[in-house]
Amino acid sequence: MWLIRVFEERVAQLKRTMQVHGLVHLSIGGEGVAAAVCGQLRDDDAVYSSHRAHGHAIAKGAPLAATMAELMGRSDGLCKGLGGSMHLVDKRHGLLGATGVVGGNIPLAVGDALAARLSGSDRVTVVFFGDGAVQAGYFHESVNLAALWKLPLVFVCENNGLAEFTSRAEHSPVERVIDVVAPYGFGREAVDGSDVLAVSSAFGLFLEQARTGGGPFLLECATHRRRGHYEGDGQQYRGEQTELEWAKRDPLPRFQAQALKRGWVDSQTVVEIEAAARAAVEEAVEAARSSPFPTPELAAELVYA
Amino acid sequence: MTRETTETTFVKTIASTLALAMRADEHVIVLGEDVAEGGPYTATAGLSEEFGRERVRNTPISEGTVCGVAIGAAQAGFRPVVEIMYIDFITLALDQLVNQAAKAHFMSGGQLSVPLVLRTQGGASGRGAAQHSQSLEVWLTHIPGLKVVMPSCAADAAGLLLSAIADPNPVVFVENKSLYFQREQAPSAPTPLPIGQAQLLRSGNDLTIIATSRMVGESLRAAQRLADEGVEVDVIDLRTLLPLDTDAIGRSVSRTGRAVVAHEAIRIGGFGAELTAQIQELAFDFLLAPIQRVGAPFTPVPLSPQLEDAYRPDADDVYAAARFAIEWDQPEVPAYASGSTTAGES
Repeated sequence: MWLIRVFEERVAQLKRTMQVHGLVHLSIGGEGVAAAVCGQLRDDDAVYSSHRAHGHAIAKGAPLAATMAELMGRSDGLCKGLGGSMHLVDKRHGLLGATGVVGGNIPLAVGDALAARLSGSDRVTVVFFGDGAVQAGYFHESVNLAALWKLPLVFVCENNGLAEFTSRAEHSPVERVIDVVAPYGFGREAVDGSDVLAVSSAFGLFLEQARTGGGPFLLECATHRRRGHYEGDGQQYRGEQTELEWAKRDPLPRFQAQALKRGWVDSQTVVEIEAAARAAVEEAVEAARSSPFPTPELAAELVYA
Repeated sequence: MTRETTETTFVKTIASTLALAMRADEHVIVLGEDVAEGGPYTATAGLSEEFGRERVRNTPISEGTVCGVAIGAAQAGFRPVVEIMYIDFITLALDQLVNQAAKAHFMSGGQLSVPLVLRTQGGASGRGAAQHSQSLEVWLTHIPGLKVVMPSCAADAAGLLLSAIADPNPVVFVENKSLYFQREQAPSAPTPLPIGQAQLLRSGNDLTIIATSRMVGESLRAAQRLADEGVEVDVIDLRTLLPLDTDAIGRSVSRTGRAVVAHEAIRIGGFGAELTAQIQELAFDFLLAPIQRVGAPFTPVPLSPQLEDAYRPDADDVYAAARFAIEWDQPEVPAYASGSTTAGES
């Protein structure tokens, strides 16, 4: 979580100084979901992500330097600098793709889970999406298919209550996403996405069942993005009170306090974890900066496989 | 080497070639609306009986998501052949095709590939009216990362379908329902035909006709009529729209100096517009007449039988376009260009 937090804070700075390019969507304040979900997955378990993908990528094991280089449009980036923040892919670690089309990856995750089922594999597919994607036709069509075909797929909705600039209340009369899928009859649960242990335990149960022939499942995580829809968003739609409340629920200090209280870490280790994350991110930034930009020839070569 | 052929139909060839590919590779799966029942045109008839309903999978009427499911399965190592029953409904799958399938290899820096075939059929026939009769293939030819194949006969369909299934890229395979039930000869044991290669079906030095799909047969009929009148023409079956065989086009038109491009799609903004532009880029110095475009009028496809018949371009249209190009008189060299001082008479 520290890695994701520090990485994204650094991305925000680099975006302001125009060293990171393109549309950048940060998950600061919502890292707990990525950590609790991806931390339990194997490399061969596939993750499809949304446009807000840095946290999922890092938690799934994407190398920091290559991830940062990708955001900076460099040739040593995960995607050789051709994709950027919204198109992160790290096939080796099972990150099969972020997308710039809200909801656009959900059907692909269904297809991946179908492939797993047809291959007789016990791998599981996870798809992350926001509450904004729930109003897209893809979500409903995909839920229908995954339920019909009983696929090893876990839908993870990061419900931050905002679809771009607009509140969920203005987009749908159904407040909770788990209620949207109720008629399909599969396992679903809504948790506090800022409570890492709650996410971890709910997802763990779904994952275990999906691995052994169950599925699909939907995990709805109430979460929050402390920054704009994208970097540079003026955020006129924000309420001060809400921000204060969510600052208190920030998953990072909250989980840290839980870990200290339970004796999983001591205060020295906590300091070291943060310091190590900062050092790793700086190293990644330096490595990315020294990577050359891709050539037009490379772009032409990669149109067709 | 002579190859054994059998009498068949285009649509039977599709089903038998799919079966061949499914026998050869267990990663080939077929999905789409009603495919396990054979579909309305019997293009997948017999497949679910042989390969089961897991590999031949009926889907709900959710074209966009079904196309995405096929992309996801392709990215995971399968070779899905997804059917969009009518090309008119490809509109619902365009986001997946254009934003995901076509770009996945590029956007991932080469990590992902999408060995997907999207089979569909278009064309006006049988009074299908405006939402079941269109020819929309040109939209797809504007998208880097896709391949677009349009076979004109059963034999080519078999060879191109095998290549499409083996291709690591998303291939849109556009059939024409008018061709489905004609009796034709096709190889008993088809082998892959290369994607991206046009075929010269008839040779002559007076004019080049470049045609796709159903218009290939119509063009051959027009060519015969022209031959009876002493005009010999090249007829090129494009077979693949993307990637385009520009060599075949340039070679032919540089020799003949006259060209007709013919497709069933609406003439305005159709693929013929691209062909026309390519021809003037490839063979401008050799052109003896304006390039003629044959296509449908700029209206939706009408239901009424007389109107649908009139709407569909045919051999007569190709013949008329060819005659126009053949009879085109080169204007005399303008006075100002020849150095004469008689300008201003009119």
